[in-house]
Amino acid sequence: MLVEISGLNISFPTPHGMHAAVRDVSMTLGTEKLGIVGESGSGKSLTARALLRLLPPAAVTRADTLRFDGIDVLSASEKQMGMIRGRRAGLILQDPKYSLNPIMTAGDQIAEAWRNRRKGSRRQAKEAAIDLLAQVQIRDPRRVADSYPHELSGGMGQRVMIAMMLAPDPELLIADEPTSALDASVQAEILKLMEDLVSRRNMGLMLISHDLPLVGHFCDRVAVMYAGRVVEELAAGELGQARHPYTRALLDCMPSLTHPRPRLPVMARDPAWLT
Amino acid sequence: MSHTRRDMIIVDDLRVRFGSHDAVRGVSFRVPEGSSFGIVGESGSGKSTVMRALAGLNDLWDGYLEIAGMPLGRGKPPDFFRRVQMVFQDPYGSLHPRQTVDRALSEPLLVQGIGDIDRRIRQVLADVALPAAARFRYPHQLSGGQRQRVAIARALISEPSVLLLDEPTSALDVSVQAEILNLLADLREERKLTYLMVSHNLAVVAHLCPWVGVMSNGEMVEILSAEDLRAGRTRNPQTTRLRELSAELG
Repeated sequence: MLVEISGLNISFPTPHGMHAAVRDVSMTLGTEKLGIVGESGSGKSLTARALLRLLPPAAVTRADTLRFDGIDVLSASEKQMGMIRGRRAGLILQDPKYSLNPIMTAGDQIAEAWRNRRKGSRRQAKEAAIDLLAQVQIRDPRRVADSYPHELSGGMGQRVMIAMMLAPDPELLIADEPTSALDASVQAEILKLMEDLVSRRNMGLMLISHDLPLVGHFCDRVAVMYAGRVVEELAAGELGQARHPYTRALLDCMPSLTHPRPRLPVMARDPAWLT
Repeated sequence: MSHTRRDMIIVDDLRVRFGSHDAVRGVSFRVPEGSSFGIVGESGSGKSTVMRALAGLNDLWDGYLEIAGMPLGRGKPPDFFRRVQMVFQDPYGSLHPRQTVDRALSEPLLVQGIGDIDRRIRQVLADVALPAAARFRYPHQLSGGQRQRVAIARALISEPSVLLLDEPTSALDVSVQAEILNLLADLREERKLTYLMVSHNLAVVAHLCPWVGVMSNGEMVEILSAEDLRAGRTRNPQTTRLRELSAELG
């Protein structure tokens, strides 16, 4: 198993005592595509970040199991974590504008990531970068390799980001709202591309999003989080048969192009969902 | 479109140029009073540029624009900024972080010289279903949905006839989006408001707007009814593509 999480709890100190942001979360991930869906504050990003030990210093993390490919993340040394982050597990965030180095060309950034895990000359790294840019379906990879991030559109920037994360040939890709800053049309292209690359390279994908139907479209399984807990986990094809009232309400409150309703149902949050 | 009601928004052959780039190339449409018109298109298609020209945020345009019977030119009648209000995508970015809700809502009234401030603020908070206690909070003390309600309250407090909505729900969770869309529908009904809405989400636009204009590369390539859009009766390939994408992922 690539990722094993059980009994994960993450809390933060507040003036009113500890606030539990993630509560007793368990999930596993192999070479498959797992979607984690929830609203802001549901703990979905914290769960993924805990796996890379990228939580803010104030966070208190406890878990029965928190393992990446058998390595215990909670007790691993900083050096061991360095071998995982950006090498064996890549992280793609929402906005490439903030994730890319603004004063380095796209090609140099990808080449640097490539040399991180492989031995090779600068020249080989540059060629590998151009090859990776072609793999993320950039039409003119040589020109883009020589471009700085501000010269690229949002969709292009996110492709560069994906190329950079794939450069060290990781086993796991964590994508945290990778397309929320992009246009609807570009969004679909990027997700298709990611899905395709992950399947072809036999990797694991953790796709974090607030958009349940979108995630259902691109993942094998979906875990739905509410107030720090996984309330339901189901196969993507079974979204229509979701049992938990929160999952059903999430699907129901979206306007639909093909099934219009004069009024949208408003989510009535049941306190029982918290327990 | 109905011809019995008067047109609240008239856009005729609007052209906007940024340097040598034609951002909007001859766009025309009308929105009758009490109705809503949605503009969809990809980023860079010019949809926000059309809205910004109508909002008076960009004066460098050619063509004819009229809102609520007032033709827009270089100088705008003082009444313009009262009768036309805008709601932006990100309420966190559009509210002053160090001003309370009370201050944010008083400001338009002070600027417009409208009295009876205390009563109006209490009324508008009730209208957007915010608790009275929210009045003395700062934006960071409110949730995303509450902040967008404050932004809508601020737009409503000067009693406008036209609301310009720029992606009003794209920064919100879907459950909050449903609440805000219902609120906008109720307010339109109660106050006979006319909406112009820009969004990349076809389902959201079709939910609120009976008419939809599709923009691509600075032109409005198709205007169609929400019913035709839902049923797939599209004529322009760009509209067809946007619709297929939305139906596939929705």
